[in-house]
Amino acid sequence: MNDVISAAATPVARLIDEFHKLPGIGPKSAQRLAYHILRTSAEEAHALAQAIVDVKEQITFCSSCQNLTEVDPCRICRSDKRDTTVICVVEEPLDILAIERTRSYKGLYHVLHGVISPIDGVGPEDLKVRELIGRLSDGAVREVIMATNPNVEGDATAMYLDRLIAPSGVRVTRLARGLAMGADLEYADEVTLTRALEGRQQV
Amino acid sequence: MPARIPRVYRTEAIVLRQRKLGEADRIVTLYSPQLGKIEAVAKGVRRQTSRKAGHLEPLTWSTLLLAHGQNLDIVTQSETVESFMPLREDLQRLARGIYAAELVDRFSEPRSENYPVFRLLAETLRRLATPADSADLAVRLFELHLLAFVGYRPQLDRCVVCSGPLTPVTNAFGPALGGVVCPACRAAQPGLWPLSVNALKILRLLQRGDWTTAAGLRLSAELLSEIELLLRGYIRYVLEATPRSVVFVDALRRDTPAGRPKHLELEPATPALAARGGA
Repeated sequence: MNDVISAAATPVARLIDEFHKLPGIGPKSAQRLAYHILRTSAEEAHALAQAIVDVKEQITFCSSCQNLTEVDPCRICRSDKRDTTVICVVEEPLDILAIERTRSYKGLYHVLHGVISPIDGVGPEDLKVRELIGRLSDGAVREVIMATNPNVEGDATAMYLDRLIAPSGVRVTRLARGLAMGADLEYADEVTLTRALEGRQQV
Repeated sequence: MPARIPRVYRTEAIVLRQRKLGEADRIVTLYSPQLGKIEAVAKGVRRQTSRKAGHLEPLTWSTLLLAHGQNLDIVTQSETVESFMPLREDLQRLARGIYAAELVDRFSEPRSENYPVFRLLAETLRRLATPADSADLAVRLFELHLLAFVGYRPQLDRCVVCSGPLTPVTNAFGPALGGVVCPACRAAQPGLWPLSVNALKILRLLQRGDWTTAAGLRLSAELLSEIELLLRGYIRYVLEATPRSVVFVDALRRDTPAGRPKHLELEPATPALAARGGA
């Protein structure tokens, strides 16, 4: 048995351990990844290691909107083509990518890095809420769009921030809710249908 | 020929909580009237095209079709029975609904049938979804009855030490003892909390009664608070943990516009806005 363990020499065992720490990577996947690295070229392995190091060294949080960025403030916050009176609040940096792909939003963003989930013990103090409030204090921002996900946690976050922000006169809006393109009415849940009906528009 | 276990089964359930799994899935914790607490995988619900997603949101009561899986069962179909919509539009009530769901989650063992708990949760969510019904009273009633249904009914009718009758004086409550302690026995017991005459009256009323009893009550803020803190303390003792969602319920109370935490204070941009905003 000892032969089997020492057969996986220490650097390999360590690499397997490190891969195993990654989310969704079980012991078998970790072994497979480690042995892939062993078989691949030194350049490839080095490129992977360097990419990991670079991400940690070069990526930081934008001091304004909390997005992941190489430069601080990020490209969006420093752009003079954006509408600085509107901030769109999202849960994660990837949500910014999704909205930017629409090419129809010209304002700024704010990333909360999470969402309020009371049952998991995640409260507003665990998110980038204070930083958001700080951006509203000079009165330049007229509207905050709540673009958190349309689920219980996203709604709770939107309602909480609305409570916090609305009394100061800043307009707080929520993304429209309704049926996704390609969806079937008969499968839709009541909450979605009710909101879709409430938000109906002139055809 | 032995009977085959059916691969799929149908049940109603209230969704207690959910967590992400992989790229597009969720693990949902369900509470079924016949089967008790079940964990199941909801595959693909995080995609836009998911038809199940809206029916599997926390605090939704749905009818489900599940398939037996290797580890967890899999939700194959779901349809809302009741969505408790007004609850989702009111942050205070939503927070209390999440708290109730968390208590059911924490007090339940997996796959252990407890129909009264299901019914209590459904009724409580319905009350929380009714703006005319007091949310705090609904939750206090819920706590007392849940404690009883899971075997932790506090003894409010006689002294838990000497079994003697209780008189209308300030008594004490002993979480470790599971009930009220009379003044005579109080001195010898450590770890007791004071219990006012009115608080004991109300607790008894809520324990013995139902919503028709509770709905008519008009209690002072102090009395409500005393009852809430006592029940919270007892629940914390029994669970050996503080339910996490309590923190948010408290935060919402503190963070009223009048009492907003200073570090989150937003100065209105102009005096006109200041006149409009606040309080």
